[in-house]
Amino acid sequence: MTATTLTSPDAAAAPPPRDVPLKTRLKRAERRKKLLHLALIAPLAVFLLVVFLWPIGALLKRSVDNPEVSGGLPATSTALEHWNGQGLPEASTLAVFVKELEAARGTTGLASAAKRLNTEMTGYRSLIMKTARAMPLPEGSDLQAGLTAIDLRWGEALTWQVMARAGKPYTSYYLLAALDHKLDADGAIIAATEDQAIYLDVLGRTFWMSLVVTLCCLALGFPLAYLLTSLPTRSSNLLMILVLLPFWTSILVRVASWIVLLQSGGLVNQALQALGIIDEPLQLVFNRIGVYIAMTHILLPFMILPLYSVMKGISPIYLRAAQSLGCPPFQSFWKVYFPQTLPGVFAGSLLVFILSMGYYITPALLGGPQEQMASYFIAFYTNETINWGMAAALSTVLLGATLLLYVVYSRYAGQSRTPIKTR
Amino acid sequence: MAEQASIQQEPHVTFSHVQKTYDGETLIVRDLNLEIRRGEFLTLLGPSGSGKTTCLMMLAGFETPTAGEIRVGGDVINKVPPHRRNIGMVFQNYALFPHMTVAENLRFPLSVRKLPAADIDAKVKRALAMVRLEAFGNRYPQQLSGGQQQRIALARALVFDPELVLMDEPLGALDKQLREHMQIEIKHLHASLGITFVFVTHDQSEALTMSDRIAVFDRGEIQQIDTAERLYEEPSNAFVAGFIGESNTFQGTLLERSGDACAVRLPSGTVVHARAADVGGVGSSTVVSVRPERVLLNGASGDCENRFTARVKELIYQGDHVRVQLDLGNQASLMVKTAISDLTHAIHPGQPIEVGIPATHLRALAPTPAP
Repeated sequence: MTATTLTSPDAAAAPPPRDVPLKTRLKRAERRKKLLHLALIAPLAVFLLVVFLWPIGALLKRSVDNPEVSGGLPATSTALEHWNGQGLPEASTLAVFVKELEAARGTTGLASAAKRLNTEMTGYRSLIMKTARAMPLPEGSDLQAGLTAIDLRWGEALTWQVMARAGKPYTSYYLLAALDHKLDADGAIIAATEDQAIYLDVLGRTFWMSLVVTLCCLALGFPLAYLLTSLPTRSSNLLMILVLLPFWTSILVRVASWIVLLQSGGLVNQALQALGIIDEPLQLVFNRIGVYIAMTHILLPFMILPLYSVMKGISPIYLRAAQSLGCPPFQSFWKVYFPQTLPGVFAGSLLVFILSMGYYITPALLGGPQEQMASYFIAFYTNETINWGMAAALSTVLLGATLLLYVVYSRYAGQSRTPIKTR
Repeated sequence: MAEQASIQQEPHVTFSHVQKTYDGETLIVRDLNLEIRRGEFLTLLGPSGSGKTTCLMMLAGFETPTAGEIRVGGDVINKVPPHRRNIGMVFQNYALFPHMTVAENLRFPLSVRKLPAADIDAKVKRALAMVRLEAFGNRYPQQLSGGQQQRIALARALVFDPELVLMDEPLGALDKQLREHMQIEIKHLHASLGITFVFVTHDQSEALTMSDRIAVFDRGEIQQIDTAERLYEEPSNAFVAGFIGESNTFQGTLLERSGDACAVRLPSGTVVHARAADVGGVGSSTVVSVRPERVLLNGASGDCENRFTARVKELIYQGDHVRVQLDLGNQASLMVKTAISDLTHAIHPGQPIEVGIPATHLRALAPTPAP
């Protein structure tokens, strides 16, 4: 009797089926949860895809896109793909070209193809226009002779080679140009001539200025972040608000006020002159000093915040421990405290550096022509010359450089952090 | 020979009239006079805020005394910065440097002292062997268990051969079993090294287990400094009696006193005979205190000077002993701890029972002043 009452609750609860493995059952149970989580982040994922990844991808694609010639003279471009590039193209190819040129005469497609060809070889635009105006060629005549009669250049292999190269749907032209290189007639990569080479300089300048700004931010931000962690909560909160204050002001307002402060008749120069430190006003704005001052000011919070968050987690007891072990105070700080702040130093520097690499407004307003960074040229090509290919190529190079830097950095920073991560 | 003996007698550390205040209003340490003998294991025991940690920090050099002098081996060290004191210290949460391996942590105090590399290696190896963690030199502190980190912290505080080692509640973060194990281990280490240990804790059983002497702190003053046994058996005031172990205490008035013996009148009118430990004049208010295990029940109570009849309120079985809560009437109650084997008759709640307290174990003490 007792036995039955004891076993009955077991019998009532359905025993788990033995044939389904535990892992499968766990997966089933987790699936619902996973789907729910995915559904929750789906709007964000879609948003990011539509307004971030897709436009950026489309822009980057423009750096290798080459639509003008293959769009303006599609049949010719296709026909030239089969040409081996030696001597002159076959008669059949010429026939396609002549026919297409005649049909395309006066269209915008032909005009942009001609303009594009002109960037590869000076004079190509007028060559195309002149030839198009001379169409049609007399019926049944020798096409090669007819073309050469219009212009001698049609008898040169180079003319056709340039068209064949420009007719391909993708090109490395913009990317190479952004790195001050180009393809020569044989398709080998050569450096651009000195008067044409500007972008490597610009990139180097962008890197250098970002580095200086990062170091300035680090030098100013590190002591402040340390002060923030060692002050009592009340005063550190007040100081924190002061640190964050720049975040709440428009960047344009801040740049404008720096111009007011730093100009030759501005407050800083007046004060220095009144104190008798300088006799003549210093040139502090519209040159590199002005850009450094303003960018450091604007980016300082991005350095302080990661530093502060890391320092907040380091117990002051480590410094005491180091001293109790016989290490003088400053050495203790350097050997025990500082290495523990490195993740914050890395994070802050990376943030500031990457942000400075893309800076546009501040150098544009506070710098002279020698202070313009890569973003200025991207804006220039987008807004003024409508050269999307060049703008996209410069963006790609900038993005690539940033990513490369990030990978190198995170590998190094990641290594130094591994021991702390393994718990 | 006589001179050598006098050196032996000279205290290792002396606090004389040391005061400490942080805000200029309240004294965290009131008037500290303490002599720490060379080679002893002294524990500073007290509730939190009693000034024991401040006292340790002043000795380590992280706090400066507001007044008074601290001497180590005869030299005043008030103005010596912590890194020149050559005092080993184990911190509450070990404070092992997380960016260094265990071996690098142990190496740190030695390389700061610019010892030759071969000496450093030998000492590090010896220190690791001392705490039996030879195989863990290349690990990072986070990869060790709490007990292992504790042992490394200990090894690091000892590796540079200091004469004095301070420990600030080093076992607080360990679980009970490990803590008890480490207590014994530290005690043995102390015995084998023969250097002076000063240990801070608020855990009295830890203090009783490990120490040669215990200084009981309350409100910035040392209430009593003595061996574990004397602290427990002969507390010198009501605070110590209440803080160390369990006590039954009763308020009363001193009725008469002759030498060691005295009589105290309780509010109920009962007069009890007690030992005068720390009492004022006749008529002053007094606290009488007795340990639960010193109260005798039933037949055993026959020879006691103080005998009552009480009622059993509650019985708590604790395995090795039984705790009996007795009702003395007038809302007074008495806790009795008795071994199972001493309970000849079964007792039940509600039943009246004979109780006896020997006068030698009932101590009359001055009451704790109101805060």
